Amino acid sequence: MVSDIISTVEFNYSGELLATGDKGGRVVIFQHEQESKNRPHLRGEYNVYSTFQSHEPEFDYLKSLEIEEKINKIRWLQQQNAAHFLLSTNDKTIKLWKISERDKRAEGYNLKDEDGRLRDPFRITSLRVPVLMPMDLMVEASPRRIFANAHTYHINSISVNSDHETYLSADDLRINLWHLEITDRSFNIVDIKPANMEELTEVITAAECHPHQCNVFVYSSSKGTIRLCDMRAGALCDRHSKFFEEPEDPSSRSFFSEIISSISDVKFSHSGRYMMTRDYLSVKVWDLNMENRPVETYQVHEYLRSKLCSLYENDCIFDKFECCWNGSDSAIMTGSYNNFFRMFDRNTRRDITLEASRESSKPRATLKPRKVSTGGKRKKDEISVDSLDFNKKILHTAWHPKDNVIAVAATNNLYIFQDKIN
Amino acid sequence: PCCAIGPPGGADGDDSLYPIAVLIDELRNEDVQLRLNSIKKLSTIALALGVERTRTELLPFLTDTIYDEDEVLLALAEQLGNFTMLVGGPEYVHCLLPPLESLATVEETVVRDKAVESLRKISQEHSPVDLEVHFEPLVKRLASGDWFTSRTSACGLFSVCYPRVSSTVKAEIRQHFRTLCSDDTPMVRRAAASKLGEFAKVLELDYVKSDIISLFTALASDEQDSVRLLAVEACVSIATLLPQEDLETLVMPTLRQAAEDKSWRVRYMVADKFSELQKAVGPEITKNDLVPAFQNLLKDCEAEVRAAAANKVKEFCENLPEDNREQIIMTHILPCVKELVSDTNQHVKSALASVIMGLSTILGKDNTIEHLLPLFLAQLKDECPEVRLNIISNLDCVNEVIGIRQLSQSLLPAIVELAEDAKWRVRLAIIEYMPLLAGQLGVEFFDEKLNTLCMAWLIDHVYAIREAATCNLMKLVEKFGADWAQNTIVPKVLGMANDPNYLHRMTTLFCINALSDVCGRDITTKQMLPVVLKMSEDQVANVRFNVAKSLQKIGPVLEKITLQNQVKPVLDKLATDKDMDVKYFAHEALSGECLPYEYKKLQWSSMLCVLVYARPQLLDSS
Repeated sequence: MVSDIISTVEFNYSGELLATGDKGGRVVIFQHEQESKNRPHLRGEYNVYSTFQSHEPEFDYLKSLEIEEKINKIRWLQQQNAAHFLLSTNDKTIKLWKISERDKRAEGYNLKDEDGRLRDPFRITSLRVPVLMPMDLMVEASPRRIFANAHTYHINSISVNSDHETYLSADDLRINLWHLEITDRSFNIVDIKPANMEELTEVITAAECHPHQCNVFVYSSSKGTIRLCDMRAGALCDRHSKFFEEPEDPSSRSFFSEIISSISDVKFSHSGRYMMTRDYLSVKVWDLNMENRPVETYQVHEYLRSKLCSLYENDCIFDKFECCWNGSDSAIMTGSYNNFFRMFDRNTRRDITLEASRESSKPRATLKPRKVSTGGKRKKDEISVDSLDFNKKILHTAWHPKDNVIAVAATNNLYIFQDKIN
Repeated sequence: PCCAIGPPGGADGDDSLYPIAVLIDELRNEDVQLRLNSIKKLSTIALALGVERTRTELLPFLTDTIYDEDEVLLALAEQLGNFTMLVGGPEYVHCLLPPLESLATVEETVVRDKAVESLRKISQEHSPVDLEVHFEPLVKRLASGDWFTSRTSACGLFSVCYPRVSSTVKAEIRQHFRTLCSDDTPMVRRAAASKLGEFAKVLELDYVKSDIISLFTALASDEQDSVRLLAVEACVSIATLLPQEDLETLVMPTLRQAAEDKSWRVRYMVADKFSELQKAVGPEITKNDLVPAFQNLLKDCEAEVRAAAANKVKEFCENLPEDNREQIIMTHILPCVKELVSDTNQHVKSALASVIMGLSTILGKDNTIEHLLPLFLAQLKDECPEVRLNIISNLDCVNEVIGIRQLSQSLLPAIVELAEDAKWRVRLAIIEYMPLLAGQLGVEFFDEKLNTLCMAWLIDHVYAIREAATCNLMKLVEKFGADWAQNTIVPKVLGMANDPNYLHRMTTLFCINALSDVCGRDITTKQMLPVVLKMSEDQVANVRFNVAKSLQKIGPVLEKITLQNQVKPVLDKLATDKDMDVKYFAHEALSGECLPYEYKKLQWSSMLCVLVYARPQLLDSS
């Protein structure tokens, strides 16, 4: 079913919970089970903890537009008490959800007896105060705030600030700053909408707050550039403080150059020193102190460069792949086609292609590296470029903040892999 | 649903228990309104249960009820602050700590703040022993809690227990506060920074110098600007506590640093708190340090900061030491103010316009005419209506110093332009200043220049403007008297009774409602009443029932004989009108009170009236 297609995956800060959002507006939260003695070789599985409908399809009567319920992004808040909080967004509306547990229930009424029958109201001889009794654990998800009506275009990113009280939301042309407790007001901090829409040459594709410096955020554009802004400098951040752009290689310029250089995702490293951007064919790691070129570039599926024409025709060239860091920033992961996903070790420069599919990944089995043949002759175990399935794309992946546990969304399936413990 | 069955007195049960039983059961009703209602009557429940059962049964139940909606929790947190007598007096007040402790850890700031407020309140009812045995351990638990919600709540509790505990416990409290000031989460550091001033006030001066100053300096150079900006607020309280000779070394370095902070939000905070800071550091430091700092803020590169500083111009100048106030203003402040008049940002200009007139009283007549007047005139011609409005709304200050005539040549075009502004809210704002202007400009000038405007507003296409215009006329008559009214406005108002637009005809009636009282019996009887009576034959029912309402309104002004001979026959006729509403209001006017019949119909039709009036307003404001 189309509504089951997973549209975002996100671990919380401890990695204990994993949230997914789908095209049907649902959010499913998985919880890491505690280690069991029976299966000590496993670090415990993720089981469904809570499922709720975050967004419903809507209709904008003024603009005569349908608003999809699809969850574009989920972001967890730092845990502040026993409950957990997350932000989820579709194209227009951001919601703050509280996920909490309840294990007690009040019992005892004055006007009803235990089985619910009404008592004679005229024969009350004493008052009963309800008593709390233990009950089976119940997980509740309740909407706490709704941040609406601030985006004219489609929201592509939300990002919680390290000050723990604000977050930003970005659409195609604007970035807004919100206070988590205030829903009726947001501050527009970036607006790239030209006075005349015909002069529009680029759009905002992603935005993220710096993990430690509460005044810094970056946003990427469809032209393959990234701007870093400092909110200390002014209330409006139309002027950036840093501009990251890699000069184009004139020899490889083609009709598709601009399309494939569009950045589909930008993520700060946990350390805050680097950021990673994903464009159609590669992942780049940038040092925040060097604006003129990335410090590392990894090819995700270079073999597609000769196929761009057909990828343009079937619209795949516009797919928005996301990327993520591991907990120690030493490795990065991003998706590809044919249910393949790629991991790069930044220290050894080794890379690996893995496949998320029911056939190849039996529970508890080790994943085998996959290879795509690029030369003329296909070796054994290799798959030819022409037989790749472009409908099976892995756009969304997430890496546990501490452990080597990854979550990979392959259309409507969620795969969770972890490295083996010897 | 149970509460619907009333207990008309039982055979052997105690009827007085029934309402309480309902309240207790509704603590868990699915309807949040009923739960809220029960919580708000918690004292009634507690009273019925008695102190013993309140302590042993009700409070334990409430302690675990933190799953509820915010508004219920908020009400609960508030109730518990007034619960001391209901649990058995100060001896047992500590029983209230567990439920308030759990409320102090919820994620909702308003609830947490209310719980802290109640805890602060009941802390005063603890004996010194109980404070150390029960209250202080709670503060420590919150301060070392796992989640930052509890730690933020702890920040607000230190200052209430500190003065009343032994010196060993005091040392512990200081240590806890120190720890929270360097907490990992900015939320907690912010809470600590915002309570720093309050905590400093209860500390012994030596500890202020040793402990608080180092915490203050640390928070003021926090890596997050959201923390640094709160230190500015603390700066005010700390500076007030310290002797003048210590300010220079202990506070000023930090304040100077804040005024030049890299982050505009911190500088904004300095500008916003400038008057308080000025009072706290005293005249000498103000002269040497704050004057240049203020100049810089007025010239800041961020418009938000300039606007905040511009807002403080008058207050800052007022509070300068009198001996060389004029010299400081003329040489240091005025040049910056002059630049702000032509600022690129309209919020800056409008902030300045709201206070700039106040400078004239400080600088006196000659300086005002020579230096300020050109600025006022420039602002009166500003492209932004808000700037002009702010000048006009503060004309009274200038009037006192130099008289308004100096300004009138520029004033008039500015007023006319605002009066015809496309935005109805701007028009509304200028109407509200008309009576004030009329008083200042005098009747002659008014008749010549402004009267036409006042009449034009009566036929504005926005109801809110027409309504304000009517009210304006009344205030003008109060100022200029009935004779003036008879000659200038009454003929024009009455002329509108023949307007083809029924909305304008109704405006005549509304004006009469407003004016009859101030114009007096003579004008009302001879000029207004005939027009009203004639309008009772209007084709539009809305006009006719407004005639009935007007007659009721002006009735008290008229003589009995007029009422009997002229008004009553018309009302009697209207009472047999074919329209329901006309009948209703005619009856109401005749009897002077509401009639019970067709109540719903009335609501509906008055709704219709509202819609008719509201429509152009909605269109305009969009």
